[in-house]
Amino acid sequence: MMVAPIELEIGEAIGAPVERKEDHKLLVGQAQWVDNMRVPGMAYMAVVRSPYAHARITRVDVAPALAHADVVAAYSAADLQEEWAGSLPCAWLPTEDTKAPPHLPLAADKARYVGDGVAVVVASSRAAAEDAAELVEVEYEPLPAIVDPEAALAEGAPLVHDELGTNRCYTWRLDAGEVDALFDEAEVIVRGRFRQNRLIPTAIEPRAVLVQPLPANGEFTMWSTTQVPHIARVTLSGVLGIPEAKLRVIAPDVGGGFGSKLNVYAEEALALGLARRLGRAIKWTEGRSEGYLATIHGRDQWQEIELAANADGKISAVRARVVAAMGAYLQLVTPGIPLLGAWLYAGAYDVQGYSFECTGVFTHTTPTDAYRGAGRPEATYAIERAVDALAAKLGKDPVEVRRLNFIREFPNAIAAGLTIDSGDYDAGLDLALGTAGYKELRTEQAERRAKGDPKRLGIGLSTYVEMCGLAPSKILGAIRYSAGGWDTATIRCLPTGTVQVLTGVSPHGQGHETTWSQIAADLLGYDVDEIEVLHGDTAVVPLGMDTYGSRSLAVGGVALYFAAERIVAKARLIAAHKLGVEPSQVDYVRGRFTGPEDSIALKDIALAAWTAHDLPDGVEPGLEASFVYDPPNFSWPSGAHLAVVEVDTETGNVEVLRYIAVDDVGTVVNPLIVDGQIHGGIAQGIAQALFEEAVYDDDGNLLTGNMVSYLVPSAPDLPSYELDRTETPSPTNPLGVKGVGETGAIASPAAVINAVCDALAADGVTDIQMPATPERVWRALEEAKR
Amino acid sequence: MIPAPFDYEVAESVEHAVELLGGREDAKLLAGGHSLLPVLRLRFARPALLVDIGRIEALSYVRDAGDRIAIGALTRHHDVVGAALLQEHCPLVPYAAGLIGDPQVRHRGTIGGSLAHGDPAGDLPAVLLALDGEVDVVGPEGTRTIAAAELFRGPFETALGPQEVMTEVRVPKLTGDHGWSYLKFRRRSMDWATVGVVAVVKGNGSIEEAAVGLVSMGATPLRARATEQALLAGESDPAALADDGTDPPSDTNGSAEYRRHLVRVLVRRALEEARPG
Ligand SMILES: Cc1cc2nc3c(=O)[nH]c(=O)nc-3n(C[C@H](O)[C@H](O)[C@H](O)COP(=O)(O)OP(=O)(O)OC[C@H]3O[C@@H](n4cnc5c(N)ncnc54)[C@H](O)[C@@H]3O)c2cc1C
Repeated sequence: MMVAPIELEIGEAIGAPVERKEDHKLLVGQAQWVDNMRVPGMAYMAVVRSPYAHARITRVDVAPALAHADVVAAYSAADLQEEWAGSLPCAWLPTEDTKAPPHLPLAADKARYVGDGVAVVVASSRAAAEDAAELVEVEYEPLPAIVDPEAALAEGAPLVHDELGTNRCYTWRLDAGEVDALFDEAEVIVRGRFRQNRLIPTAIEPRAVLVQPLPANGEFTMWSTTQVPHIARVTLSGVLGIPEAKLRVIAPDVGGGFGSKLNVYAEEALALGLARRLGRAIKWTEGRSEGYLATIHGRDQWQEIELAANADGKISAVRARVVAAMGAYLQLVTPGIPLLGAWLYAGAYDVQGYSFECTGVFTHTTPTDAYRGAGRPEATYAIERAVDALAAKLGKDPVEVRRLNFIREFPNAIAAGLTIDSGDYDAGLDLALGTAGYKELRTEQAERRAKGDPKRLGIGLSTYVEMCGLAPSKILGAIRYSAGGWDTATIRCLPTGTVQVLTGVSPHGQGHETTWSQIAADLLGYDVDEIEVLHGDTAVVPLGMDTYGSRSLAVGGVALYFAAERIVAKARLIAAHKLGVEPSQVDYVRGRFTGPEDSIALKDIALAAWTAHDLPDGVEPGLEASFVYDPPNFSWPSGAHLAVVEVDTETGNVEVLRYIAVDDVGTVVNPLIVDGQIHGGIAQGIAQALFEEAVYDDDGNLLTGNMVSYLVPSAPDLPSYELDRTETPSPTNPLGVKGVGETGAIASPAAVINAVCDALAADGVTDIQMPATPERVWRALEEAKR
Repeated sequence: MIPAPFDYEVAESVEHAVELLGGREDAKLLAGGHSLLPVLRLRFARPALLVDIGRIEALSYVRDAGDRIAIGALTRHHDVVGAALLQEHCPLVPYAAGLIGDPQVRHRGTIGGSLAHGDPAGDLPAVLLALDGEVDVVGPEGTRTIAAAELFRGPFETALGPQEVMTEVRVPKLTGDHGWSYLKFRRRSMDWATVGVVAVVKGNGSIEEAAVGLVSMGATPLRARATEQALLAGESDPAALADDGTDPPSDTNGSAEYRRHLVRVLVRRALEEARPG
């Protein structure tokens, strides 16, 4: 059925700062967290974890744990072997020869990182399970460990998986244009080598899982703190050999994920396997320090970037090489994460030559995977740092070099091979510079230097573009991702004047219930409060690809638009019938059909469709429609961020004095939610730049294993953000939306470190590794003095 | 993140607490719990019995004691911050207490717990040391007074016996001739000090008394004795000696080398700030 586009009246609900529908229940303590749930017969699971990063497991004896009065069962890896029909899933093997070693929920022969599960205990309380877990006797034969991904590639490095004969997981390349020739012709070449510090996502809600079996029917219901209930169902049915239709996965309220819950974990498989074996409900809740070992980490890469440019600073080509830590095993999308930045190492700049290479490497560390931005913060950091280096080399203002290179024609087929939908990079930069008072800041900076103030001022820019809205299924197939990038929406207009919206994108803090209500309200002419949004339960919404990669609105939200078109198309037939005219004679505006003489509300048609007393021939009863939307392109948010920092040259302390962010995320449905997403993203980006780093010692012990030593900043440590935006709708979808979940985290590390280096440029400092701790800043200054 | 099993008793009075401590081996006092509970949850400590003194209200007070201010050991950091007597006579103490942790920590944690825990990274131990304060402890043999200089023995180790309860902390009243400063250098607002520096200086024109306390520069809170002597001798750069005799740790917040540098910067700044008049 071909349908005419709906005339959208943007501005009634879409674009309004509607307060989040979700918040009341969160604030009054009525949220449904997995850890709060209790079902009859529930037992608790605890995992015995390796204290060694690399060790042969020579003996596991669970008998002492079984002797504990409250223990129900205890198993070693060998005891559970027959529960598994397959490995834990990795859905993205980027090359044909990518090495994907087996990854079972418990390690049998060898432990490969501190935290690797080696045995499991089930008891009648969580405390008893943890007590008994200590009683399990495991004998280890410790082996040398390797934690740095570059060192892991060296000849003779300890192997994470002996049978592979190497720690190299894959090497993936992308070459476009005459890169070597452009470098040969270049008048200026700048090079940068950067470290992407390993980060721990630290969602406010730790992971938890509860599985309730219905043994008589072979059915299982799993409540999990997951971003991806649908993907979990598909993949866990394979791990456990449970028919997909017999497995129901529910993500109730989920307290953040930042990518860490875009995964399918050993504990989910264990809870399912134990529930099946024991015939009773099993629950597991992660401790915070346990989570720091057992939940994925982000980043951990070494990057090298080279720019070829002419003497004016016009860049002709970019060459980038990345060595990325996979950790000890491949989790759901581990190998693909650095590749999500593969097309962005030229940033917002127009180049002819482009070459990118990434090598994934196993190390004896917690597996890495998606963390807010996933690949794009890394790419943005490399190019934005390199552009500043180019400006410094030419003695030019970094603003000028950026302007010289901006992409200005849209859509733009970039050298790397994709097409940027839309943008206006100058507009964002102008706004940011204006808000900041760029000239005045430069004057103040010079004055401070002139009078020898030990507290230097630094100004740093990050003019980024990113690709999100994952993703066209065809492209995902071409890069060997093993699922599609579509998503679903269903609209059900109930007879009594309210609407159910079902979405396949399962939120975990983003406010989908509010945003989707706003869109449905505008399209269908209801109040925001008359829309109920359902999600996160595979029995309620069987199809979906869930929430990550800033995709929800750009894919799931657009599916909602097209489902609304189907509702309106069907309702139009009924409306015309009621008004006694032809469908073509009926106009539709925001919930009302108007014919030449009379009009009728969509709500009345919903009732008429339900009674079905008087429908046109061939029209089914009910007013319900679904749509599965596969986006034709990624969406490409962009913007200009500007950080102003003060660096104390005596102590090395960095303080972010001001942070200005101008983002273009396409159409803004809810400015409060958009600002909130940007705030959180910037906070995590500043955290990467200045505070957070997962540090391992040479033996593979995590030295930052709790929230005292792993420095997640909080409100007093961060400035108040000065936000502004430009709105360039994406031409590839009817809502014009792009995506906002990750922009802050993508843009900000570069802005902050550019500012720190700018502050210390006159002192001879050219680079400081993230996080720019006081000690690192002090050492960089000492180094520069020599 | 769940402590190993332990028994729990509520003490009705100091004497009751002493008695309960004596009844069981491996018993521990519980005050605000903000140092002890994290240790229990990580299972670094496994006491068999916790004796909760958190409800002995008689141990929560701030009183004028002549040339000193007396603070009950169970006074919460938050109440120390707000105590008018301390604000008037020894504002260094409430200022430093106000920099501890975050509001939650300050509402639970107690001054006695802070001192008895003996954490070389704690703020108040170095403050007490620089002020030459003292504490009273009650044990099976009665009450004794321990001077700050004798209190701190090693990392998480104090002069208190296993059956002793700290009851009172006393700090001197500062006068118009005193200047003071507390500089706490930390990565995040709620963190322990990477390095902390307490300076208390007395003098009208020339310096008569000088005390410099150091946080996180060794196994216990320390005094920067070389700096103090150089100050009294009128030497030109006393702060340059601030790391003399220290043995700073190396951890993810900073290497020993960096801490040695940092303490010299902070001592210089603290002395500038503390200079009376
Ligand atoms: C997140 C966080 C941040 C923190 N930040 C800081 C900081 O920046 N600076 C800082 O100095 N501290 C900090 N602390 C520690 C805080 O100050 C604690 O409150 C304090 O160290 C201990 O006091 P408490 O009353 O909680 O003692 P508890 O935890 O109850 O006890 C600590 C120890 O002292 C013993 N004890 C307690 N009271 C007595 C007594 N009256 N007599 C004898 N023994 C006793 C206990 O047996 C135990 O061994 C922080 C704590 C947390 C959780």
